[in-house]
Amino acid sequence: MAYPLVVTERMMEHPADSHTMERYEATGGYQAARQALGQTRDELVEVVKASGLLGRGGAAFSAGLKWSFLAPARPAYLVVNGDESEPGTFKDRQLLERDPHQLIEGMIIAAKANEVYESFIYIRGEYPKPARRVQQAVVEAYAKGYLGKGIFGTDYNLELTVHLGAGAYICGEETALLNSLEGRRGEPRLKPPYFPAAKGLYMKPTIVNNVETIANLPHIINKGAEWFSGLSDSEDTGTFMMSISGHVNKPGNYELPHGLTWRQVIYDVAGGIRNGNELKAWVPGGASAPWFVPDLHLDRPITKAACAEDGSMLGSGAIIVMDHTTDMVGAAERLVAFFAEESCGQCTPCREGTTWLDMILQRVLDGAGRDADIDLLLDLSDNISVGLAWPPKQTTICPLGPSAVSPVMSLVRHFRDEVEAHIAKGIHSGGQGTPVSIRGSA
Amino acid sequence: MSAELITVTINGVKQKVHGGSLLIKAAEEAGTYIPRFCWHPRMTPVGMCRMCLVEVEGPRGTMLVTSCTTPVSAEMVVHTESDTVKKAQEGILEFLLANHPLDCPVCDRGGECPLQDQTMSYGPGESRFVEEKRHYEKPIPISDLVMLDRERCILCARCTRFSDEISGDPLIEFMDRGNGTQVNTFPDEPFASYFSGNTVQICPVGALTATPYRFRARPWDLRVIASTCVVCTAGDAISVHASQNEVLRYLGVDNDATNHGWLSDKCRFGFEYLNSDERLTMPLVRGKDGTLGEASWSEALNLAAEKLGAIIDEHGAQAVAGLGGARGTNEDAYAFAKFMRSVIGSGHLDAQMDDGLNPQFLAALSGRGQIGDLERAKTILLWAPDLKEEHPTLYLRVRRAAQELGAKLIVVHPRRTGLDDRAAHKFTYKPGDGAAVLEALMAGEGEFAKARAALNDGPVVAIVGRPGLTESPVLAESVAAFARDLPGGSVLPIVRRSNTYGALDMGVAPNLLPGRAGIGSAGLANLEEAWGGLPTKAGYDAAAIATGVSEGSIKAVILLGADPVVDMPNSIDLAAADLVIAIDLFLTDSSTQADIVLPAVGFAEKEGTVTNLEGRVQKVNKVVAEPGQAREDWSILDDLAARMGKPMGLASAEAIAKEIAHVAPAYDGVTWDLVTWDQPDGAVVPVGAERAPLEYVPVVAPRNGPVSGEGFVLHSARTMYDDGVICRQGQSIGKLAPGAAAHLSPADARTLDVVNGSLLKVSAGSEEAELPVVIDDSLAVGVVYVPFNQPGGPHFGSNPEILVVKV
Repeated sequence: MAYPLVVTERMMEHPADSHTMERYEATGGYQAARQALGQTRDELVEVVKASGLLGRGGAAFSAGLKWSFLAPARPAYLVVNGDESEPGTFKDRQLLERDPHQLIEGMIIAAKANEVYESFIYIRGEYPKPARRVQQAVVEAYAKGYLGKGIFGTDYNLELTVHLGAGAYICGEETALLNSLEGRRGEPRLKPPYFPAAKGLYMKPTIVNNVETIANLPHIINKGAEWFSGLSDSEDTGTFMMSISGHVNKPGNYELPHGLTWRQVIYDVAGGIRNGNELKAWVPGGASAPWFVPDLHLDRPITKAACAEDGSMLGSGAIIVMDHTTDMVGAAERLVAFFAEESCGQCTPCREGTTWLDMILQRVLDGAGRDADIDLLLDLSDNISVGLAWPPKQTTICPLGPSAVSPVMSLVRHFRDEVEAHIAKGIHSGGQGTPVSIRGSA
Repeated sequence: MSAELITVTINGVKQKVHGGSLLIKAAEEAGTYIPRFCWHPRMTPVGMCRMCLVEVEGPRGTMLVTSCTTPVSAEMVVHTESDTVKKAQEGILEFLLANHPLDCPVCDRGGECPLQDQTMSYGPGESRFVEEKRHYEKPIPISDLVMLDRERCILCARCTRFSDEISGDPLIEFMDRGNGTQVNTFPDEPFASYFSGNTVQICPVGALTATPYRFRARPWDLRVIASTCVVCTAGDAISVHASQNEVLRYLGVDNDATNHGWLSDKCRFGFEYLNSDERLTMPLVRGKDGTLGEASWSEALNLAAEKLGAIIDEHGAQAVAGLGGARGTNEDAYAFAKFMRSVIGSGHLDAQMDDGLNPQFLAALSGRGQIGDLERAKTILLWAPDLKEEHPTLYLRVRRAAQELGAKLIVVHPRRTGLDDRAAHKFTYKPGDGAAVLEALMAGEGEFAKARAALNDGPVVAIVGRPGLTESPVLAESVAAFARDLPGGSVLPIVRRSNTYGALDMGVAPNLLPGRAGIGSAGLANLEEAWGGLPTKAGYDAAAIATGVSEGSIKAVILLGADPVVDMPNSIDLAAADLVIAIDLFLTDSSTQADIVLPAVGFAEKEGTVTNLEGRVQKVNKVVAEPGQAREDWSILDDLAARMGKPMGLASAEAIAKEIAHVAPAYDGVTWDLVTWDQPDGAVVPVGAERAPLEYVPVVAPRNGPVSGEGFVLHSARTMYDDGVICRQGQSIGKLAPGAAAHLSPADARTLDVVNGSLLKVSAGSEEAELPVVIDDSLAVGVVYVPFNQPGGPHFGSNPEILVVKV
C-alpha cells in the first residue's frame, strides 16, 4: 500500500534533479521560508510544538519544546546533526544527497524561530557525495540571496557553514559533535550543562537538530500543524524515515507513518524475509537498541511509547533484520565490536569494558568460551550500565558504553541457548573449538 | 567559591560543608575520602576515570554521579559507601587493571601508587580478565627528562591537562580513541616543557617516570623532609627525598602561598649537583708551586686568619671585601655580615653581583605584595625578567591569574616572553629606552592608552625587575614607584639567586644592616650590643668592589658561594687581588683562582631559613650528611673569626636565628618556632606591626645614549638552563641549555645579509665570540639578544653596546 510522503516526496517524483535549486523552487520550495521570515519566534515555536514533531536523531524529543528551551543569551547557534553513523542508519544520507534545499529551507525556518544568525551542518566524513550536494545547494542559496545578509530581501541575516566530520561515530552525540566543530577531540562533554540549548557551541546557546527533523519544517509551515499530526494514526505525529537492512527482500529507505506494526513493515513494506527464511530477530532502532523477536514483538505498533514499553527504542529508525541462519553470538559480537571501535576512550568503563565484552564474545565464537562467561558478560555489562535497566543507567559520560551492552543483553535474554551451545562445543567443555591464545589461564 | 556553609548528608551523617565546592572536595573536608584518579584539586575536572562515582538522591531516584564534577548543594543526600557505589568502584578498578601490566615490582611508583593503594582499598581483589593485555613499546622517551609507559597509563588526562591548563605548553595529547587511546607527543615535537616533571609527580600510576629518578629507590627506603626550593626567589615548598645519604628527588608540596605544588624542571631535577663527584670535601690551599692542594681545616683557617690580619694591618680593614651569601641560608648570611662588619670592620659587602636591584630600594619598598595577591589582581603589570626562564613557578601563578582568573596582563619586555600569549597588552622595546616607555605608559600616550586605562582597574600587581642585564636597575625602581600608587597597587620585586632577599635582609649589602635597617638607623641597641658597636659607614657594592680590586684599593676578597668571574665577567679581575678566600661547594671559575678554598655544605645538608621575594621566611632542612669535611658557612666564618682573635660566639644555626630575631628589626621575633614544618606557608616579615619604612626616594631611570656607528644594543638575559653550577654539575639538566646564539630582528638580518645559522662575530669590550644567528621577530631593530652564560658561550656583561659583524 502507498503511504503519504513528506520529506521524500520530491525525490520520489523527480529522481533525476530533486537536488537542484530549479526543481526545488518549481515544486514550491522556499515558500515556507519566506512565510516564516514574517513570523515571530513564538508563532514558529508554537506551530512546531503543535505539530508534535519529535526529534528524528534517536532521542525522539519534542522539537518545539527543545527550541523553547533556548537560552536568551546571544550569539546563539543552529547546528544540524548530519553525522549519521549508527549502524544500519542511512536515511539522512538520502535527504542530504537528494533534497539538500529542503534541509536549507528547514534551517532558515529553524534559525528564524530561534533568532539565530549562524548555522552549521555537520556531515559525516564518509558522506562525500551528500556533502558535495549540500555544499552546492548552499552555494546556490547564497547566490540567490536565500542565505547571507538580508535573506529574501528582509533584514534577516543567516550564515550557513558545511562541516565534514573525520570518521568518528561518537561525533553524532551532540556535545561531541560540538567539540569536533570547535576543533577539539570528538568527546562527549560532561553533563551538566545538560542541554546545548543552554550552553552549546563555544558554550553559547545552541539548537542541535537532526537532518530529518529539519527537513520536515518547510512542510509543517506550508501545510500546518494539524495536517502534520493527521498523517499518523498514532500519538507520534507525521511520518518517519526507516532504514531497513538485513535479511529482507527489499532493503532500503522508506518513509512511513507512525503506528504501523513490525509485521507490516517487515513483511509488507520490506517484502518479507529472503529466500522464504524464518525471521529470527531484528534491531528496531539502530545498533544501540535492544533487539526484538517475532514471538513477542511482531504485532506491536511502531511508536515511541510502544517501543519503550517493550524495553527498546525507535532510535534513528534503523531496522536490521536477521533470519534463522544468523549466528546470534556473531551478530552481537559484531555490534559490540563496533561500539568498542567507536568508543572515544574518555570513560574507563566504556573504553575498557566494551573491548573486554568483545574479547569474550570473540573467544566464545572461537571455541574457547567458558561456562562462567555468560555471568561475566552480564556483570561487566552491569558495571557499564548499572542495573541493566532500560532506559539505561550509566557509569559513563555518554550512552555509548551502555549501547554496547544492548546487544549483549539481547543475546543473553533471547538467545542464551546459542551462547551455551558455543561454549559447549569449545575446548573448555571438551569440544574441538578453535583454540586461541589465552594468557594467564594456566 | 562561596564560603557559605551548607548542610549535606553524607552516608547518613549530616555535615556542614562549603557551598559551591565540588562534592569530592567537600566530602573530603568533612572526613569522607572518595577515591579518584583523574581529579586533581588544581585542575579542571574531566570526570573521565569514573572512580569517584557516588550515589546522590534526587527527585527521580538515586543517581550515580561523578563527585568530581558535581557541586554540593544544600540538603544533598550522598552515599559514598552503598552497595551500588562499591560495585561501581570495584568495576572501575577491574576495568582499569584489565590492561594494566601489573609490573609493580619494577615500577618506580610501586609503594606510592594511587592505583595500588586504591586497588587495595576499593578493588575487587581478583580480576576476571583472561584475555591478552594491550601492548605498546615501553617505555618511550618523550623528552630528555620524562619516559612514557603507555601500558601503565590509565588515561586520566592529568598530564595532558597540566601541560595545557597549567604550564601552557600542550605538547602531549591523547591520540587515537577507544581502547587504543594513548598519551603521546606530536610527531617530531618532544615534550620539551620546563615543567614536565610535574606530570611525573601527578601521574597516578607509573606511566610517566623521570629519567633522573628511574630505578634509583623504592619509596619505603626514602628519607623525606619538608624544605624550601632555593633555585629562584619564589620560595617553593618542596619535599626532599634521600636514600643512603644521597638526595634522589624533590617533589613539589601543595600550598596556597607560593607554588601550588608545582615546580620547574630546573628546581625539581636541580639536586644532582649535590651528589657530584666534583664536590669539595677538603680545604684547599695554594702551595708554593702555585697549585691548590689539600690542607687541614686548621692549616687553611690559620693561614686565612694570618693573611687577612696581615692585609688589615698593612692596608686597613677597608682593603677587604666580601661577595656572595645569596645562595645560603639567612643564618649563613647573617654570619657573613657580622664577620665582615664586626670582625673585619669593612662595609665592602654585596650579596648581588651587579645584576640586581638597589638594596635600599628593596628594604624600603612599601606596598610590597605577596604572590597570593595575584589571585585577586584585576590587572598585572609585568616588567621584569622573563618569568618562564627565571621565576618559573611565579610564571605559573601569573599564567593562572591571566588565564583562569581573568586578570588583565600587561607585559613590557625587550623580546618575547613566556606570558605573551596571555597578555592583553604587550610592549617590546629596545634596552635603554625603558625610561621613555615608562613615561609614555604613565601618560597613556598613543599605543599605551588602553594599557594605562587598565592600570586604573585595581587591585594592580606589578612584578618589577631588570628584564636583562644591560637594563638599568633604576628602571625597576621607577616602575615600582609608579605601580604602588595605582589602585590597590602592590609590587613584587624580582632579583636573581634564591636567597638574595634573605642575604640583603641580613645586611649582606654595602648600605644595609640586619633587619632592613639603614646605616645610622635608630633602634639598633640590640645589634650594637651583639656586634660590639654599630657600623657607621656604607661600603662598596659589587661593581665598586670590582673596581677597587682592579685599582688596588681592595687587596683581599672573600667569596661566599659567589662566582663573580661568571656573573661580572667584564669588571672583576680576581688575579689583581693579593688574597682570595672562597667558601664554595665546587671549584668554580672564581674559586679556582682563590688562594684558600674552604668546602661548604650545600642545600639539604644543613638547616636554616631563607626569605623569598615576598619577605616570606621559610625553613630549609637537613636530610643528608655533608660530603667529607665540608662545613656550614656560618661555622667556617665563626671559626675564622675566633682565629683572628675576635670570636663571634655563634653556636648553631638555630642560635643564630635567635640572635637574628633579637637584633634585626624586620625579623623581630622570627625564630624557627614560627616556621616549623607544620607552618608550610612560613612567616612574612615584618611580622606584626608595620615598621616605619626606610627613607628612600627612587630616582628617575637614566637612558642609554645613542649607540654609535655600527653598534647594536645588547639584550642579555638568563635562560632556565645555562652554564651555572646547578646545570653544569647536574647530568640530567646540564645538557638542556639552548647554547649561545645571536638573536636579531628580521630587518637587521636582512641588513647584515645573514640567515638562521649564519655566523656573526659579536664583540663587547674585550670579549668576542662567533655566534650562530637566530632570527627573532620579537626583537626591535638594533637589538641583539645573547642568552647569558651558555656553555661555551661568551660572557658579555652589562655593557649595552656591542659590535656585530658578519663572518
